[in-house]
Amino acid sequence: MSIKRPPAPGDDPKAARREPGRRGARSPLARFLVRRVLTALLLAVGITLVTFVLTNLVPGDPVAANLGQRALGDPAIVAQWRTEHGLDKPLPEQYLLHLRGVVQGDLGTSQQSHRPVLDDLADSVPATLELAGAAILISIVVGVAFGVVAALRRDRFSDHLLRVLSLFGISVPTFWLALTAFYVLFYRLRIAPGSGRIDPGLTPPPHVTGLYTLDAALAGQWDVFSSAVGHLVTPALVLALYTIGLLTRFTRSAVLEVLGQDHVRAGRAKGLPPRVILFRYVLRPALVPVITVAGLAFGSLLSGTVLVEAIFAWPGVGQYAYKSATTLDLPAVMGVGLVVGGVYLVINLIVDVLYGVIDPRVRLS
Amino acid sequence: MTLAISDLKVTLGGREILRGVDLELRAGQVHGLAGESGSGKTMTGLAVLGLLPHGARVSGRITLGERDLLAMTPRQLNAVRGGEVAMVFQDPATSLHPMLTIGRQLTEHMRHHMRLDRRQARARAADLLRQVRIPGAEEALGRYPHQFSGGMRQRIAIAVALACSPKVLIADEPTTALDVTVQAGILRLLRGLCDDLDLAVLLVTHDLGVMSAVADEVSVMRDGVVVETGPRAQVLRDPAHPYTRALLDSLPGETS
Ligand SMILES: Nc1ncnc2c1ncn2[C@@H]1O[C@H](COP(=O)(O)OP(=O)(O)O)[C@@H](O)[C@H]1O
Ligand SMILES: [Mg+2]
Repeated sequence: MSIKRPPAPGDDPKAARREPGRRGARSPLARFLVRRVLTALLLAVGITLVTFVLTNLVPGDPVAANLGQRALGDPAIVAQWRTEHGLDKPLPEQYLLHLRGVVQGDLGTSQQSHRPVLDDLADSVPATLELAGAAILISIVVGVAFGVVAALRRDRFSDHLLRVLSLFGISVPTFWLALTAFYVLFYRLRIAPGSGRIDPGLTPPPHVTGLYTLDAALAGQWDVFSSAVGHLVTPALVLALYTIGLLTRFTRSAVLEVLGQDHVRAGRAKGLPPRVILFRYVLRPALVPVITVAGLAFGSLLSGTVLVEAIFAWPGVGQYAYKSATTLDLPAVMGVGLVVGGVYLVINLIVDVLYGVIDPRVRLS
Repeated sequence: MTLAISDLKVTLGGREILRGVDLELRAGQVHGLAGESGSGKTMTGLAVLGLLPHGARVSGRITLGERDLLAMTPRQLNAVRGGEVAMVFQDPATSLHPMLTIGRQLTEHMRHHMRLDRRQARARAADLLRQVRIPGAEEALGRYPHQFSGGMRQRIAIAVALACSPKVLIADEPTTALDVTVQAGILRLLRGLCDDLDLAVLLVTHDLGVMSAVADEVSVMRDGVVVETGPRAQVLRDPAHPYTRALLDSLPGETS
């Protein structure tokens, strides 16, 4: 397996070809990546086990939740339902069947929608990914920028202002913010479009990724695109506010710490332009702790989607999870668990790989 | 070229840290700056590069040839830093960027100051590493600081400082953080570079033993002022100032 790394500006590709030693220097990154992916796969199996066990530990009786009063009175119907859903087999066997299903892409049938869980998820997951992805992107860009400004203007007015803003973001409950934003921006000021992913009069763009903004842009449907962006902005901002506050605080302290380090002074002594000092000497080392926090923050952001999706009528996984949990729709609950676990896994993998890319000591050790 | 510091005063947080420092560095000479810890040696070096901590107030003159460094705009000063005046810091474990290759750290300011293209800069970087006696120079360019020993790192830091052919080199206790076994090698290297490249070197140290080995001129600092300056032999054999005598007496086996 060979990993192509874009050549860094200081690298001379010709020199790399000349010296065998430089080729060897590349393979640690490849080895590092392979190790991380293997760990992730192992964790994935763990996730299937955990979701399975947790789902089977719920106190409610799925039979009672899914059959009517009449049917519950008939032992034959109950037994047939249990057999149909594999509930009569011992748990380990149920797990293996479940695992085989997962590998084959068969997550069972939702007892609510009577559709394959996979199809339900294929509809709702992209909606949530679009919302959460937009929110984390906004959080990182705005939070890191705010944090850098606060650190560079330490103890001046902008630092104090940003401190108040980030404390507000961290302490305001998301549901309150979502309700207030919806009420004020939509009902009162009428500057935000209403609920859903696009205006009711429009047809969704042709399905490519399931992300309406991206699909609409790919199809060149700019009216749909602008409607999708308009619908996305408010819930994404609501969702992002907490992580913006968090990342502002963490970036500020990380940048302040790096600013006091020797290599920054040495970089200045080399007469490098201030821009290079800021990005290459200060921001790059400061990003390591910031990335860790951003990865963790994505978790809290995902749980926030349940509320935000409900308030903005966003047809995503949060809503689906809520519906399936309250109706004890076990296949659906397990499916959601797998998706959420998988997302965490991917986020962790991304964070790990970014560590290795940013800090050579990680991948060379 | 001559670097002359006259009546340099620095106030930081209401305290006068430098109280009128006078020093003169000449091309081809190593000027040793001794004095106990806290006497203001590092601050003197940083003042030359305009790298004093935030909030520092500076007065006096620091002239490089005809130009007063203290009167320069930040932009002009940035062109001097790393170009005509370079600095080597105490601890090479922290003063090199831990995430950049040696090649990158050697070439980035060369490309900026000397407008070299990538190939030229890289060829010169390899030459510099050979000059400071790093074995396997070509290969070392692709490696990172943590893959070298302390002494090697300081040699690399010296190569970085030399990259843009400076006229003045300020070395702030360049051997203090190193193993005793490699200290002499670094000092010999600095001495040799000073002679070969006609550098004006300010060698800061609190160790008079280090001083006597390589310095041409010696100055002794105390509480933010230079209390004694002169040729090495004179200052070390026949100190005029009681403080210098006290420093010399505290040195084991260095009195003669
Ligand atoms: N960042 C700083 N802020 C305030 N005072 C400082 C700072 N750095 C050093 N000082 C003070 O400046 C004086 C001179 O320090 P320094 O030049 O580092 O001494 P030396 O290098 O001779 O050991 C010391 O008294 C020290 O306490
Ligand atoms: Mg010092």
